[in-house]
Amino acid sequence: MTGAAGGMQLNLLAVIGRFALGFLAETGRLTRFTARAVLACVQPPFFFRNLLQQAMVIGYYSLPVVGLTAVFTGAVLALQIYIGGSRFNAESIVPTIVVLGITRELGPVLAGLMVAGRVSSAIAAELGTMRVTEQIDALTTLSTNPFKYLIAPRLIAAVVMLPLLVLVADVIGVMGGFLVSTETLGFGAGSYLTNTLDFMEADDVTSGLWKAAVFGFIIALMGCYHGYFSKGGAQGVGSATTHAVVSSAILILAANYLLTSLIFS
Amino acid sequence: MARTQKPKDGLKIELRGVSKAFGSKQVLNGVDLTVPVGKSLVVIGGSGTGKSVMLKCILGILTPDSGQIFIDGEETTRASGRERERLMQKFGMLFQGSALFDSLPVWENVAFGLIQGRGMKRSEARDIALDTLAQVGLSADVARLTPAELSGGMQKRVGLARAIASHPEIIFFDEPTTGLDPIMADVINELIVERVRELGATTISITHDMASARKIADVVAMIYKGKIIWEGPVSEIDRSGNAYVEQFINGRAEGPIQMDVLKP
Repeated sequence: MTGAAGGMQLNLLAVIGRFALGFLAETGRLTRFTARAVLACVQPPFFFRNLLQQAMVIGYYSLPVVGLTAVFTGAVLALQIYIGGSRFNAESIVPTIVVLGITRELGPVLAGLMVAGRVSSAIAAELGTMRVTEQIDALTTLSTNPFKYLIAPRLIAAVVMLPLLVLVADVIGVMGGFLVSTETLGFGAGSYLTNTLDFMEADDVTSGLWKAAVFGFIIALMGCYHGYFSKGGAQGVGSATTHAVVSSAILILAANYLLTSLIFS
Repeated sequence: MARTQKPKDGLKIELRGVSKAFGSKQVLNGVDLTVPVGKSLVVIGGSGTGKSVMLKCILGILTPDSGQIFIDGEETTRASGRERERLMQKFGMLFQGSALFDSLPVWENVAFGLIQGRGMKRSEARDIALDTLAQVGLSADVARLTPAELSGGMQKRVGLARAIASHPEIIFFDEPTTGLDPIMADVINELIVERVRELGATTISITHDMASARKIADVVAMIYKGKIIWEGPVSEIDRSGNAYVEQFINGRAEGPIQMDVLKP
């Protein structure tokens, strides 16, 4: 009996040990990958053609998704705050809370999550397919560093484009709240806009844009990392795509909390 | 290995005791191999014997666990970064699945090493790419297509064009005829022989297609369980006196090489 119990304890220890080792190895690999990727962003040669192309794919083509997310979020925010505000006769707070909520929090986070779903997965699938069909090895044999050719353009494009997308989301989100408030909640257009601008500070917007830049980095990094190391054909590329989306979404939410509590509170 | 001797003159590539393991699986187990300047070495061996891993070690895509690799007498085992990029300018490689960049049209695939690797102007590189495509029997119409629109044989020829476009000193062929019909396989073999002779390049090819090996090899080496077990001129391959080589070239299930197959 004691032998069997001892065996089970050892098994449990082995499982914990394997898990810990696996976690440490993964962390080390990600750290090295990140360092190489960031270095590739600042060292020549730069592939401007790829950068422009990625800016289009990551930024421009994400506009519809981000815009739709923002307009509905702003609209629903206005409805909910109106309900809450009416409980203590403070309906007039709607424009202020909508603009604060959108610029400080929901704009960057929701845009980040939507772009994570759209872009992180696409990057992981593309790089993953290039890995399993030896296209990444082929780059090396053609004297081209894959970190500079593939990864740096995606990282830079995402870090630059995400704040721009969030800026658009801020405007459209406020507009969503404005439309609902003026059309169905009985706000006057002029007073709504005055209230929006009067209590808004520049910091509300810029803090959201800084967050967006960090989220952009996370999105591109996770897509590249999981794609670059994917293996095992179609199934491997599939799981790389899933991992890229899940890990970037979770990292975005965690980074959002950390940034808010440490810097922007 | 106490002292490092200089490799002998006239050797383009030299491997000394190269070993590589993945986890507990020892894939290369002390590979010693030399390729003289301008010669064509064909490495034969079954699937999973370490042929591709050996090429990737020479290219620096994988780093060996032990042993040394020399190119033109210069040790390159652990070269990285700029040094590796410079070294890669000597190389061209035809990949097993062609590994064409599916986001780029055919001509840009062929011109890739010239534009990105050597910083040549796009228009100039395009002309060279069209010339090179013509050398492998592809017309200018094909140059505008994307790789996905081509047949397997055409993709192989584009891959060959990409490998030779920058006039490399060393070319690797990874299973150049796998997946092609026998006639297209022979077309590829002939192209390889002609182009390589024209360039005067040193080549290593890995294959398990004996017809291809006989056609393109000066020297044949056989790899088994991560070691080179026989090496000799292609003319001697039929009287190697080596039971492993005889079993392989005649394609017999019975012999010293045992496949990991459960008998029913």
